[in-house]
Amino acid sequence: MSGSPGAGRSRIVTWAVVGLCLGLAGALAWAMLDLPAPSTRLPGQVAAQLERSGVEHPVTAVLLNFRGYDTLLEIAVLLLALLGMLAAGVAPRASAPLGASSMLAALARALAPLMVLVAGYLLWAGAFRPGGAFQAGAVLAAAGVLLRLAGFLPAWTRPGAALRMALAAGFALFLAIAALGLTEGALLRYPEPSAGALILAIESGLTFSLGLILAGLFLAGPELPRREDGGGTP
Amino acid sequence: MPTPEAFDPLPWLILLPLAWATAAFALGPGRGARLAIAGLAAQLALALILAGQVLAGGARAHAVGGWGAPLGIDLMVDGLAALMLLMTAVVALPIAIYARGYFRARPKGGEWFWPLAGFLVAALDALFLAADLFNLYVTLELLGLAAVGLTAAAGDRAAVAAGLRYLLATLLGSGAYLLGVALLYGAHGSVSLTVLAPAVAADPAPAAALALALVVAGMALKTALFPFHFWLPPAHGGAASPVSALLSALVIKASFYLLLRLWLDLFAPLVSVSAAQLLGLLGAGAILWGSALALVQTRLKMLVAYSTVAQIGYLFLLFPLATGVSATAAEAAVQGGVMQALSHALAKAAMFAAAGGMIVAVGRDDIARLGGIAGRVPLTLFTFGLAGVTLMGLPPSGGFSAKWLLLMAALESGQWWWVVVMVVGGLLAAAYVFKVLRQAFPPAEPGDLVHRVPRAMEWSGFALAVGGILLGLFGAGPLALLAV
Amino acid sequence: MSLGLFYALLGGGLFALGLAGLILRPHLLAKIIGFNVMGSGAFLVLVGLGSRDGVADPVPQAMVLTGIVVAVAATALALALARRLLELSGDMVLPGERLRPGEDDDADA
Repeated sequence: MSGSPGAGRSRIVTWAVVGLCLGLAGALAWAMLDLPAPSTRLPGQVAAQLERSGVEHPVTAVLLNFRGYDTLLEIAVLLLALLGMLAAGVAPRASAPLGASSMLAALARALAPLMVLVAGYLLWAGAFRPGGAFQAGAVLAAAGVLLRLAGFLPAWTRPGAALRMALAAGFALFLAIAALGLTEGALLRYPEPSAGALILAIESGLTFSLGLILAGLFLAGPELPRREDGGGTP
Repeated sequence: MPTPEAFDPLPWLILLPLAWATAAFALGPGRGARLAIAGLAAQLALALILAGQVLAGGARAHAVGGWGAPLGIDLMVDGLAALMLLMTAVVALPIAIYARGYFRARPKGGEWFWPLAGFLVAALDALFLAADLFNLYVTLELLGLAAVGLTAAAGDRAAVAAGLRYLLATLLGSGAYLLGVALLYGAHGSVSLTVLAPAVAADPAPAAALALALVVAGMALKTALFPFHFWLPPAHGGAASPVSALLSALVIKASFYLLLRLWLDLFAPLVSVSAAQLLGLLGAGAILWGSALALVQTRLKMLVAYSTVAQIGYLFLLFPLATGVSATAAEAAVQGGVMQALSHALAKAAMFAAAGGMIVAVGRDDIARLGGIAGRVPLTLFTFGLAGVTLMGLPPSGGFSAKWLLLMAALESGQWWWVVVMVVGGLLAAAYVFKVLRQAFPPAEPGDLVHRVPRAMEWSGFALAVGGILLGLFGAGPLALLAV
Repeated sequence: MSLGLFYALLGGGLFALGLAGLILRPHLLAKIIGFNVMGSGAFLVLVGLGSRDGVADPVPQAMVLTGIVVAVAATALALALARRLLELSGDMVLPGERLRPGEDDDADA
């Protein structure tokens, strides 16, 4: 490091921050080693109400029923991230498909249908074992990224009307079901016999839209640099 | 059993803006202005109905999903929350009308304004109604991302850098908050405020004290309390004017509200006089430093942004004035702090609206080039002056009521030194407001064009400034609501 | 010491580490990684403390899933803005900060 006065000051700042972080780590350890026995324990309550939740897996029950409202807002956060990216804009470059290697193209052709199948399985499995809309949506999104890298999908600098509707559809459906709960007396309250069916409807809508939104976080990004090193265009 | 209302406005205050934000997104770039204005008008009506219900029937909860805390998530409305919901609707509606005129004249940066603004308003309402620490974290992130998206939307280098700096600061703040929540869940097994408050009071473990420190630090960063204000001036000063108004008037109030609520309720058994004095000291630093920097700015919107840094300081004077003092002093301090939040929301929205109008009129953001404004857009200049009256704390404005109540609390609790800070801050505010007014009266220099400003922009800003004055004349209503 | 508590302590360390990276490293990618390390630390604390008595608690697990999605959203927006800034200014740093010489090359400085 150079000996300029600025460097001296920045070294003091560095050490102050390092000291602060070490202090925080120490305080955290001290606090965590001296915890009281919690006065409330939720696992028992989750287990007791699981039957009424409409699903068999406790984490899915928490995500889409007991704390479904968090999940509703979290979808809004995802949509918002995409909106923020669109709002900040991307460089006005031609959004031509990338020139990908034939190897990647063949791989994408083989994998993409399989990934859609896996996403469907994950969605279905979420009701009783680890899985669910997010995992399924993430796999769908990965398929989208793969197809983009292979040059089969254009970038989304300005999503068209149909695409915007599809992006918003999952959230809109969730919102509508949340509002429908008000007829039962509370936001997001599912009528008990149909709770499982409503959760499945929400999850299916979310899988579709989440796949698109997560893919969109990649596809709405700036144009990727064109590959210079050969690679035949498909 | 809660009596089921025939119609409950509480959940609709969250659902409605989410719905129109989503619809505005589906409609596409630049669309959704009328939808937004209709939605915000309905939101104002809902907020008024809810405030009336709270005033008549007291605070109440809404168990989302019908489960109830601690298994489910509760929404909760009391006087303070109802006031904040009213503040949001009262400020957002005129700003939406303003924005429609603004973006019609200069559409750049406004393509996605309406859906972003809708999510921002929904996040504010959801935050004010939340009674669950983790749900509050989600609303904080929703709010932060909406605010950053709006900031960066101007799309140029300065706006993107400001947005990114804002994003990193807000993520750091909510990260600290989340760690605090994790500690509280670990110590007491719940994130519901109603369940946690008695548990923390019964057994104030070190984890809860550390959580308090983390939450205070996170919220101080998000509220841009001196010296954590570094991200605010470029973001608020660089965004489009309607965005600046929303950010300065409403967004910083959300994290302040959260801190105030937790300080008075959940963390009440843990807070100490020295911690409160530290917050007050930083508030005093904000008042002096923010005002001084406002004075030396050459760009109009940067001056207004630094004025926000200063006005945030008054909010934090609440903490030393309400902690470890007599009940009368504490009550006056909380009333004064909340009044300051409300009057600053109205006045700062009006001031950014007026600043935006002046910039449209002269075509550039430069205080030295404001000549001719007084003759050509007198209403906008008058709006700026009226908003200035509130910020200076002159009677009969809401700013005066706020500073008067804080003054009472300071004298009642024998802490005269905060009075000195408030008086100096008022004088400095007068100095930076007059710095602008003085430049606006000489006639335009030859060759300087003064453009027309859309009437919707002029009158909506004016309505906000008048609101700031009326708040002083009719402050008893809000204070009665606060007492619920 | 239970395994849950061990993870929570680890999470505390990760949080502090990420915090330092977020504040000290000028390169925007390093800052974004720092934020993610910090967030993961907080998630570990949440899940670890929730299961410190040996009973898996689905509530913090669900909360962390929510938190992860929120962090993904924030990271995507941060990366997009950083990339946009790179296009506009040619630099992956915020104005007012400077990369130390050779920072692009050594990842473990």
